[in-house]
Amino acid sequence: MIRADLAREIVAHARRDHPDEACGVIAGPDGSDRAERLVPMLNAARSPTFYEFDSGDLLALYRDMDSRDEVPVVIYHSHTATEAYPSRTDISFASEPEAHYVLVSTREAGSHEFRSFRIVDGVVTEEQVEVVETYMFAHTGADAVPDGDIPDQS
Amino acid sequence: MAVTVSIPTILRTHTGGEKSVEAKGGTVADVIEDLESRHSGLSARLITNGSLHRFVNIYVDDEDVRFAGGLQAPVGENSSVTILPAVAGGMR
Repeated sequence: MIRADLAREIVAHARRDHPDEACGVIAGPDGSDRAERLVPMLNAARSPTFYEFDSGDLLALYRDMDSRDEVPVVIYHSHTATEAYPSRTDISFASEPEAHYVLVSTREAGSHEFRSFRIVDGVVTEEQVEVVETYMFAHTGADAVPDGDIPDQS
Repeated sequence: MAVTVSIPTILRTHTGGEKSVEAKGGTVADVIEDLESRHSGLSARLITNGSLHRFVNIYVDDEDVRFAGGLQAPVGENSSVTILPAVAGGMR
């Protein structure tokens, strides 16, 4: 489950950095599984085929999250020429078993794929993405908007 | 003199769930060896063939040890050591 404004920001970030891969996290309160605070990260690799958080930025990010009692609920990145599915490299690096790994593909100019996965011990499990306007009424589904309805910002 | 070592979620299975543990040693390699003596299996998650695993970052205070002597990076008496998994990937 992800708030529509955060999903839009992820897509906008991916578009902005295209053709390089974009990456970042959405932090949320420890134990809540609720993605709340989006932190776009620089892709230190500045590459169309690889991304990596700068090691200094990574340390600052984790210290900041620790001080707020947050964890990375979502870890996102874009694929700019292939589908939004974890690559072998993604799987080998994935080391937050509690996180939702969100992938956005920007290979098509006018549309995008937005998918989410768990990656635990090298095993990839896709999960349904539910886009909601607010988490407040999320359990009733009252505020839900249709799946995958994330307009491109251009 | 003990230093505090911060353990990432994925390695807490080796520390009984503890977020940070104490260790002794004058270099990163010594600290890892000391950790291994009480938290079996940790070393193999950090070191491959005598060098730091590509998927892991280790910091002494604010310094990534890759830029400070690698496993031989000195650890001062009042240093803190932070272990974090690299966040990386790519299309291939």
